[in-house]
Amino acid sequence: MTAATTLRIPGRNLRRRRATDRIMRVLLGLAAVVAVIPLLLVLLYVLLQGLPALNLALLTQSPVPAGFPGGGVAPAVVGTLIMVGLGTLIGTPVAVLAGIYIREYAGGRGATVIRFLVDVLAGIPTIAVGLFAYGLVVIPMGSFSALAGAIALAVIIIPIVARITDEMLGLVPGSVREAAYALGIPPWKTIVRVVLPGAATGIVTGILLGVARIAGETAPLIFTALGNQRVTTSLGEPMDALPLRIWVYATGPYDSWHTQAWAASLVLVFLVLAFSILTRLVLRRRGAGRA
Amino acid sequence: MTLMTDQTTDPTQTTETTGTGPAAVPRSRPIDVAERAEVAVEHAGVAVDIDHLDAFYGTHRVLRDITLAVRPNSVTAIIGPSGCGKSTLIRCLNRMHEVTPRARATGRVRLDGEDIYAQDVDPVVIRQRIGMVFQRPNPFPTMSIYDNAVAGLKLAGVRDRSLLDEVAERSLRRAALWDEVRDKLSAPGGALSGGQQQRLCIARAIAVEPEVILMDEPASALDPMSTLKIEELIDSLRASYTIVIVTHNMQQAARVSDRTAFLTVGEEDRAGYLVEEGPTPQIFTNPRRQLTEDYISGRFG
Repeated sequence: MTAATTLRIPGRNLRRRRATDRIMRVLLGLAAVVAVIPLLLVLLYVLLQGLPALNLALLTQSPVPAGFPGGGVAPAVVGTLIMVGLGTLIGTPVAVLAGIYIREYAGGRGATVIRFLVDVLAGIPTIAVGLFAYGLVVIPMGSFSALAGAIALAVIIIPIVARITDEMLGLVPGSVREAAYALGIPPWKTIVRVVLPGAATGIVTGILLGVARIAGETAPLIFTALGNQRVTTSLGEPMDALPLRIWVYATGPYDSWHTQAWAASLVLVFLVLAFSILTRLVLRRRGAGRA
Repeated sequence: MTLMTDQTTDPTQTTETTGTGPAAVPRSRPIDVAERAEVAVEHAGVAVDIDHLDAFYGTHRVLRDITLAVRPNSVTAIIGPSGCGKSTLIRCLNRMHEVTPRARATGRVRLDGEDIYAQDVDPVVIRQRIGMVFQRPNPFPTMSIYDNAVAGLKLAGVRDRSLLDEVAERSLRRAALWDEVRDKLSAPGGALSGGQQQRLCIARAIAVEPEVILMDEPASALDPMSTLKIEELIDSLRASYTIVIVTHNMQQAARVSDRTAFLTVGEEDRAGYLVEEGPTPQIFTNPRRQLTEDYISGRFG
């Protein structure tokens, strides 16, 4: 056989490898599709069920007496915005600073221990976090409150953001820090002015993830914020939240409640989605402006 | 007249001035970076005297008893086989060595007469007087070319825009980069080629007007054309700075330096030690030690 023919006729081994390659590609593609299907199904289902019930009244009105038609989930919308906002405000600075400490200041063993503890915190069931906030805030205050709910959410968001801050800071190459030290820039300033800006995009993404997570948490709010039938902005009083309202309505006996629960779910999903997309757009514009 | 200072740069405390050379800089207060940038266009480099320097990582010794006098306004090359501690040596000169966990150095390194390893000396201040250029160009990725060039000043608190503009142009000109970047100063630092990035790093280093510039194989990651440009640059910087350059390229050492120091790894303890040091032409044509001769002629390393 000439060289030309041996190049073109695949040996048995090569044929088998090609076939395996094709099979694996198909399998992996299927796996990817299977992974994405639940997301699409959930979004689709919530959309189909919730959209018909969605109207302005739903968003602007408070609940009416049980079983009667009409009314809305305005207290829940406002409550979610306030408590998620406050929880993020309380938790994020602590988390970012903790992440900075773990990555930049803690020694090898110290860092390992703290990372472990942070991971443990992340794994604590959120209902237990709610009980913690109950003991810490509700009992001394003597009442259920939005503040207690916000604190519970803060505790939940802290390990998420701290871990991501830690990881993102680690992605900034050591050569950049060295360059700053060699210029006579003190370590703390190197972190604030050189390293942190480099990790900023990743950290903001982490915060986003945290916000999305706590926006959907129901359990920690049960013993803390309790829920409310009226729109309120007072932090010392019980406050409603979308997950709470959805849970109450979905498990309730009335059809009007059920449809409102679907609509509220749609609102919640939409809020989180919109927030994510908005932040990503802002980040991209900042990034593009620089690059 | 000491290098004592505290962590926060407080330019309001001052005592005396040392008059060495045309631009006398108050020494007993933290470096006022803006002031140095304003006055120092022509200034003399200083001497660096290394005195029985040992370096360790934990208990493992990597440098043994290095004693070496680096003359002002000269280019001193440090050559030797891989792993002999050349990089560790120059990192000891601006106290970057101790940044690595468990790394330490003993001995004395005198910058213009003052020991930088003395008790109360702040390494941060030392690094404002001894600059460093690294093997791989490392411009700050989130900053523009302009911001990179003046990073040392900006991050030391200098806000005077006209001073910053002046320093940026002066440093970029000195680094032979101005003409190539003058129209894109706000482009990100990473958008340049490797050779340009390295010249940007050199500009950044000289913008804070150090007295000594350390270079750790500055051209080894670059193409021959950029290497040539860097070597020409080093030659032109000699007048204003004391330069210590580590290189594994002997031809480069021969081209660029006034004096050369040859280090190698000790047989028994695997720690680097100084074999011989002298004027470059002499080291390369008529070295005193056989080991040097062997290395120069390529018999090992």
